[in-house]
Amino acid sequence: MTGEGLYHEPHPAEVALLTRRFRLPRSASIDTYLAHDGYRAIEKALGMSPEQIIAEVTASALRGRGGAGFPAGLKWGFVPRQSPKPKYVVINADESEPGTCKDRLLMELDPHQLIEGVLIAARVVDARAGYLYVRGEYRYLIEILDRAIGEAYQRGFLGANILGTGFQFDLHTHTGAGAYECGEESALLESLEGKRGIPRIRPPFPAVVGAFRCPTVLNNVETFSSVPWIILNGGEAYASLGTKKNGGTRLFCLSGHINRPGVYELPLGFPLRRMIEEVGGGVANGKKLKAVIPGGSSCPVLAAEETDLPMDYDSLQRAGSMLGSGGVVVMDENTCMVKMALRIMRFYAHESCGWCIPCREGTQWLSQLLARFHGGGGSERDIQAIGELAQNMLGKTFCPLGDAAALPTLSIVKKFRREFEDHLDGRPCPYR
Amino acid sequence: MTFSADLEARWTSLMNRYPAGYRRGALVPMLLYAQDEVGFVSDEVVAEAAARLGLSRLQVEEVVSYYSMLRRRPMGRHHVQVCTNISCLLRGGEALWEHVRRRLNLGHRQTSPDGEFSLEEVECIGACCWAPAVQVNYQYHHQVTPERFDALLEGLKDGGRA
Repeated sequence: MTGEGLYHEPHPAEVALLTRRFRLPRSASIDTYLAHDGYRAIEKALGMSPEQIIAEVTASALRGRGGAGFPAGLKWGFVPRQSPKPKYVVINADESEPGTCKDRLLMELDPHQLIEGVLIAARVVDARAGYLYVRGEYRYLIEILDRAIGEAYQRGFLGANILGTGFQFDLHTHTGAGAYECGEESALLESLEGKRGIPRIRPPFPAVVGAFRCPTVLNNVETFSSVPWIILNGGEAYASLGTKKNGGTRLFCLSGHINRPGVYELPLGFPLRRMIEEVGGGVANGKKLKAVIPGGSSCPVLAAEETDLPMDYDSLQRAGSMLGSGGVVVMDENTCMVKMALRIMRFYAHESCGWCIPCREGTQWLSQLLARFHGGGGSERDIQAIGELAQNMLGKTFCPLGDAAALPTLSIVKKFRREFEDHLDGRPCPYR
Repeated sequence: MTFSADLEARWTSLMNRYPAGYRRGALVPMLLYAQDEVGFVSDEVVAEAAARLGLSRLQVEEVVSYYSMLRRRPMGRHHVQVCTNISCLLRGGEALWEHVRRRLNLGHRQTSPDGEFSLEEVECIGACCWAPAVQVNYQYHHQVTPERFDALLEGLKDGGRA
């Protein structure tokens, strides 16, 4: 069993752009792709100037789907196209943020959509080569991608003289080997060069000094996959699907205590409550909602009473959290939030690369402290210590992993302090 | 050291993918594909990768030690990985992990004496919507209950690869 059958019957609230070919038979094959708009966007893009393509992507208000939410058009515009150095396109397919499993479907069910998006980015910066950095655990996807890349070469969409225009581009898969940190763009670039995935100091940003010390376009799988539709239908049309400065649709991964977990394509700004209750079928087993992680484990949790909000980057930021990578993790009334904080912290302690001391030490200390606390050995003073340790990691590391570890912890201590108090005095965990 | 023709071809193709002066980019994929064939990153694999890429063995070792999928010791023929990260945890991943531990009589990162099984508790493997998830070698198994794991285990014991 690979990922076959992972895609569900579409929900009526879904708006299928990225997923519009998912249910077609042999959706990953180039013939299916070609029969459904495939490679028409690159044909169109080859007749446009790089400035026109960037303008279209900027107008679309497409923002990075990996987590940071940076506007894609702006990012592409930072690449110094006049530089004499070679340019590269790097695709971040290192999907590892707990709660996130969407890029997997995009690669498995529509790899040509991704390849076409990459080609358009390559055309903008005149890159001659690209690297698809896929996490090692996704081995079966590398096989699917290699097959798709082979088909694209055969039909003249990759290689020396693309569509007879003289445009030249080679695309390669590259496997990681188990490291969450390599999803951070500068660590990913180190890893791509055959080194430990240690983050680089920035600036310079990858747009200027990226892969192999050359200017690089680096985006997430979903970001690239969104581009062909934008080129074919126009940036305005894409933007109008979402909210202001938050264009289009994105894939939301509903998981945890929910009746219909799954990956759903919904417009930016879709109400979180509706997402849980209507799309996801509500909290499992008829229980009440306690909390939601809105965009993967790095995001501050939202308490149930904070979930009346539209799911776009700016609304989530105003609510003190993040839209992140689209991983919506639902927790019911019986969930122990101390245990959640502990599990999240254990993850970051395992994944900290050790380069920055506040992160390396902070995640270890917090992990031990939270484990002791959950086991009933915590004191009132420890609650404060947890908050202080997390606070002291914020903004003190080269890459965002330190913040990613600290933010959810701080939010849980702040919003669910009572649950910490319920574990005091050697009491066994009261939540089951 | 002699590798299979497949692995030789893979290594050659990998070494040609990266720009001049950056051939080292092939290192992590080379090690992972070699591990798939040899069973682990043996001293010979380290030495061979170092020689082909013009690196010292120490440079290769420091890379190996960073990546959790690269192993310097043999794993079991069936490497069982159980995810207990948040989405799996909320859907019974912890109970599943305990069950698997008992069934295999192994702890985290242990290998059975006959070399058939090894076990590992892993971080998120990107199966959050189909939790709890298990990977055996590279094969995904979704929505795994203790009962479904037992059935899977019987299949593996009967000589299946996954």
